[in-house]
Order: sequence, then structure tokens, then C-alpha cells
Amino acid sequence: MDSIDQFIVKLERELDMVEPGTLNPEVNYRNIPNWSSMYALIIVALCETEYDVAVTGEDLRKCNTISDLYNIVASRKG
Amino acid sequence: MGSKISVISYYLPEKTFTNEDFYLEFPESKGTSLEKTGIYKRHIIAPDETASDMAFKAAEKLFSEHQIDPQSIDFLILACIEPDYYTPPTSAVLHGRLGLKPACGIMEYNHGCSAYVYGLGMADGAITRMGAKRVLFLTTSSLTHTFHPGDKSSRFVFGDAATATLLEDSDTEDIGPYEYGTNGNGYNRIIVEDGHARNAITEESLMEIKDDFGNITSRATFRMDGTGVFLFTMKTVPAMIEELLKKAALKIEDVDYFVFHQPNEFLNEMLRKKIGIPEEKFIHCIRETGNTVQCTIPIALCEMYAEGKLTRGTTVVLAGFGVGLSWISTVAKF
Repeated sequence: MDSIDQFIVKLERELDMVEPGTLNPEVNYRNIPNWSSMYALIIVALCETEYDVAVTGEDLRKCNTISDLYNIVASRKG
Repeated sequence: MGSKISVISYYLPEKTFTNEDFYLEFPESKGTSLEKTGIYKRHIIAPDETASDMAFKAAEKLFSEHQIDPQSIDFLILACIEPDYYTPPTSAVLHGRLGLKPACGIMEYNHGCSAYVYGLGMADGAITRMGAKRVLFLTTSSLTHTFHPGDKSSRFVFGDAATATLLEDSDTEDIGPYEYGTNGNGYNRIIVEDGHARNAITEESLMEIKDDFGNITSRATFRMDGTGVFLFTMKTVPAMIEELLKKAALKIEDVDYFVFHQPNEFLNEMLRKKIGIPEEKFIHCIRETGNTVQCTIPIALCEMYAEGKLTRGTTVVLAGFGVGLSWISTVAKF
């Protein structure tokens, strides 16, 4: 499993409207500029394709920060 | 003895809704990466137009573009979610409007995204088991009729259309085998909940529901769990294609083209990469029409005919997946 920093680099790469280096573990992803259903889909896709982990819409509703999200992926990755 | 796809035509409603139109109505959605869906324009059914009106126009187009005599049709199959009446079947209404002969069977079903591939199997049954020589297979989607005006995601993704495919008898089995399945427990992932037999329309049906992304729906309008459907698709479709190819004793390199239902380009690109299909074999056809539900595959095939991609012997894998949740795929030889 990637470190949280590597996870953030990948996230920034996929969210192409986000400048590299702007995200950190404590950022609430709902506050990312232009947060949209498309961004949610991009995050779910990243978790599925990069880590083979299913993150659901319910997970995204329950979590707040990027760190919360990373912890879900890391715990399911095992 | 088998069946083959002979010709295809499609109809798009006159009114269009481009991305510029969308951003004028929803300026807050600019810069939210919606363009990753690959969609630039959708056609929207007129308020006084029905799904069967569009199916009628698609059939008329098929007859005129390919000089087909309506009297030569032995069977009409209709895939339609929005019938004209509770009863009779809309296929009967269309049979009359199109002037088809009395010795012509009719059948219809209200499947969505998987409907086209299912219909090919039914048409094959009509030809090989019921004696039909020519089957007119119509698909029509008027889904935008069911949207809440504030449902930004659905209004960006979906468009309306109708298609007409002529299937004919063939000395060889040109369509098949099939691989299919259903997850009925996921029925509520894509749904219009109230207004039918299970739930009558009540005051509560019309109460607005706002999701985390500002989309407004209600129990009486179309609703889709986008992330849930995405995960379902990523899990189901690659496995289905693997099984289909095994059943057909084919490898990816033996297939000329893969034509999937077109929910959006972002999802289909994810599927393409996961399955390992080379870019040049994978068809994207969504920019000008959006997701037209049961019409996406025949529209893509029609465009491929026009581009000269479907010549004799071309082998194509077709795959539909979505509402139900359901999935189905087959191999078609042209």
C-alpha cells in the first residue's frame, strides 16, 4: 500500500483541476474547489483501479478528510 | 440457420442541449470535469412527443434509407420504457402506424441499457424458432421526460433517441454465444420510485431531495446512484467479457471491435483499460448524443457502418449493462 503522500500525489494527478501540492491529509475533500459528482467518481475509480478497493458513495458521505479516505483504502487493502 | 444484423438507422429529436446551454443554466458546474464524460451534446424529446413517436420515425427512416418494404416485416420487437398506454402494448400501436402486415408478430419489453443485446437474442428466437425471415427491432429512450429540472448530473449525461435495426435469417449463426446475468438486489440503484403499481404518487413523492453535489431529484423522478453503478460495472463487465470470449473461443486479438453501451467515456475508458482492449478496437460514440440508454449500441453500430468499419466478416463484441442491475454480451459477425 502506498503512503498517504503517494496517495495524495495520485489523487492530485487524477483530479486534473487541482494544482499539484495543494492537497494534504487534513483537507476536507468536499472543500476542494469544483468538488462535484465527477470528482467523487474519479476518487472511486482511483481506489478501484490503483488499489483494487471498493469505496462506495456511502463511504464518501461518512468520511471528511483525505486522511479518513486513505485510512479506509488502507484498511481494506489489508 | 441463424440471424444477422442487416441494416440500422436512428432518429434524434430536433431539440439539442449542448454543454454551452448546460453551463448557462448551471454556471456553478463549470470546471467540474464533467467533460470527462466525453459528452458535448444531447438531443431532447419534445414535451408532446412520445417514445413511440421516436420509434416510429426511426422505423420510417430505416424503410426509406434502405428501401425496405414494410410489408416484408414478419416480426416487430420493441424495447421501450415509456409505453403509450397501460394496455395495449405500444408495439401494437406501432404495428398499425407503420402499416405492417397482419401476419407480423409483436413483442416488447421495458429493459434499459442491456436491452439492445437482449433484443438480438429475441430476434434470433423469432427467426430460428418462430419462422420469421425479417425482424424489425426498435429501441427508444425518452428518459429525459423523467428528470427533475435540477438534476444536473442526469441532464448532463443523458439524451433521447430511437433506433431501428433490421435482422434477417442467415445460413450461418452470425450472432452468439451470449453471456448474461442480473443482480436484482440492486434494483434501486437506477430507479423512478413512485408513480407506478408499487408506490402511488403522494405529496411525499414530490418532495425535493438534494444530494451532496447539489443535484435535485424526488421519489417521482429518475434517480441513479452513480458511484454504486460505477462499482457494479467495474466488477461485472470485465468478468462478463472474459467469460464470453472463453465461450466463443476467441481472444481479444480475434475481435475487430468492442462496442459497449455508452454510459460515459470516463467509465468506458476504465473498463477498456481493465479488460486490456487496445484503443483502436474500442468504440466511443457519445459526444453528439450522450447516454441514450438502449439506443447507444445501435447508434454506435450505425456510425461504424457509415465509416466503413463494418464490412463482411467483421467480428464485434457487443455489451450492455446497467438498470436492473443487469448485464449481457454477445459476439456479432457482419
